[in-house]
Amino acid sequence: MDSTIALFLIQDGVINGAIYALLAVALVLVFAVTRVILVPQGDFVTFGGLSLAALEAGRTPGAIWLLVMLAAAAAVMDAFVAAREGDVGKAVRLLLRNLLPALLIAAAVHLLAPLRLGMAVNVLLVIAITVPIGPYLYRVAFQPLADASVLVLLIAAVGVHLALTALGLVLFGAEGYRTAPVISGSFEIGPFFVSAQSLLVLAATLILLAALALFFGRTLIGKALRASAINRRGARLVGIPTMLSGRIAFAMAAAIGVVSAVLIAPLTTLYYDSGFIIGLKGFVAAIIGGLAAYPPAVAAAMAVGLLESFSSFWASAFKEAIVFAAIVPVLLWRSLTTQHADEEE
Amino acid sequence: MKHVGLAASIAALVVSTPALADVNVCITVSATGPAASLGVPEQNTIPMLPKEVGGQAVNYTSFDDATDPTAAVKNVRKCIEEQRADLLIGSSATPATIAVAGVAAETKTPLITLAPVGLPEESEEWTFRAPQAVDQMASAIVDHMKANGVKTLGFIGYADGYGELWLNVMNKALEGTDITMEPVERFARNDTSVTGQVLKLVSARPDAVLVVASGTPAALPNLTLAERGYQGQIYHTHGSASLDFIRVAGDAAEGTILPVGPVVVADQLPDEHPSKEVGMEYTKAYEEAHGAGSLSSFGGHMFDAGQMMAATVPVAMEKAEPGSEEFRAALRDALENMNEVVGVHGVFNTSADDHYGHDERSRVLVTVEGGAWKYME
Repeated sequence: MDSTIALFLIQDGVINGAIYALLAVALVLVFAVTRVILVPQGDFVTFGGLSLAALEAGRTPGAIWLLVMLAAAAAVMDAFVAAREGDVGKAVRLLLRNLLPALLIAAAVHLLAPLRLGMAVNVLLVIAITVPIGPYLYRVAFQPLADASVLVLLIAAVGVHLALTALGLVLFGAEGYRTAPVISGSFEIGPFFVSAQSLLVLAATLILLAALALFFGRTLIGKALRASAINRRGARLVGIPTMLSGRIAFAMAAAIGVVSAVLIAPLTTLYYDSGFIIGLKGFVAAIIGGLAAYPPAVAAAMAVGLLESFSSFWASAFKEAIVFAAIVPVLLWRSLTTQHADEEE
Repeated sequence: MKHVGLAASIAALVVSTPALADVNVCITVSATGPAASLGVPEQNTIPMLPKEVGGQAVNYTSFDDATDPTAAVKNVRKCIEEQRADLLIGSSATPATIAVAGVAAETKTPLITLAPVGLPEESEEWTFRAPQAVDQMASAIVDHMKANGVKTLGFIGYADGYGELWLNVMNKALEGTDITMEPVERFARNDTSVTGQVLKLVSARPDAVLVVASGTPAALPNLTLAERGYQGQIYHTHGSASLDFIRVAGDAAEGTILPVGPVVVADQLPDEHPSKEVGMEYTKAYEEAHGAGSLSSFGGHMFDAGQMMAATVPVAMEKAEPGSEEFRAALRDALENMNEVVGVHGVFNTSADDHYGHDERSRVLVTVEGGAWKYME
């Protein structure tokens, strides 16, 4: 190995690490607020990326059906709860409030998709499709379990992931897709080439992380989310609705997923089931960071990216084994050094 | 056409007591599940199989095993019992096929598989294969390498059974040649990047690189090699022979060489190639029913199973009536002694030692030119 190869590997590792960092941040965010380990986080990435590829080809992305199905399920669940309380007017209102936005988005996407309105519009449409899937998913799968133990929530998350993967096969087909880069071109820096898209990945990740820091530090909603993360019961006592924070956390996770999708879809081929392995690496980073704090998770994500890229050079057959085995010493070390805290019941 | 096929298979299911001496064929394919991309074209081909052989009607009963070996076994057991099957065809992927081969040996029913499986001896006796063995495919690219002065070959393949199989076959095929294979790199279907592996390949400067993958994931090494400015020849396996590979790899696919069954480029074959005529007929019939560009080589294996049956059933009928144990044994013997039976994937000449029956006419080399497969002389 010479220095040129090392530089290439570092570049590759940092780009992958940036994506894992975004996923790790989303996992930490959702876990802190709702105690759900969001296994389907990677599925947001694949749904976003495959929708973008479909829009680029002038086809209506299958994800709108998922959106409409989830909205219908959420609407029925909300309306059922209201109707049981005997409030028919509220039931109808909830039905419409859940269904109408999803139907409008689906109709708009269906009408606009064949026009091929260019990258910017496509990205907006993908955001419009994928981000609402997050809160609907929370309403349908996790809100009824909001008070269950972390283990039950984890099992529910695995179930949701399996369902989403299977739906992904139906909605997008078995073949992989790649999209055109958001910005094309490359620069020559010293001995090696850097593609504009990879710089965009880094820049976008940094901006997003900074924006998240501002959001949690400066805005009321951000502070409310942090409050629910630190002490759920206390947050409820001071009037922060936990259901709303759950929905917001899921919407943010989906939004982060879409950003990651737009960033990596041109760099790699996405399949309906790519989400799991991408999400799992984000999860490794989040675990190394203790599932609690953002900066360690981001640092760990970079380390995972670099470890992956260097092990793919030296021992490609064992690449995944090396990356996932890295979690074992970290867990051992953490379980020895941190005091065991009982789960908040 | 689709409806006719559907009606035919429903009719075949409804007729529970087949007319005496009709030939009964039981088919299990993986029309759903992970091997669906193989099973669907195979299922689509069933209506194109011969309806009558040697004056006897042939009844087909087909099942979907969802790529599940247990379901495949259940399918064929049920079918053998209810239809008194004379011949089994299936399944699409290796695990289910191995399971079916076990039932074939146990019930002494001849089987034509649609996957190139290796088997223990007791199953081997009753099992014949429509697709080409991997060594047959590998020998085509090794011959091309020898003819073009390739001395060093880089290998990047799936870190799974398919990659392992090809690695073993290539190691064997390269024995006694002056071609060395190094470095050997691995990647996974879902990998987001193969930069590390490709850097290692490129820094070793091999004359050629062999990519062992299937479908769209096969595009990633090509794209990364192109990014790193690799100028040598890139070879692929027949696993990449799908138009989706060209779609994703785009310009990076140009010039790639791979071995495929002749049916993939039937219309470009030289006139003297035995599979040209039948291959073009099959392509035409298939694309009329399922749309232009819909043909895949996998459906061709089902068609060839029909060709093998049509060639051997008349021989077996001279010895016994269909539906009897003697007929099944005679059919097995006939399948073992096929002589120049022409299919869309070349010509079958089987023997007691060779239940594949293929020779070098069963594969051709193609290259990617202008976003399409081009036959290489």
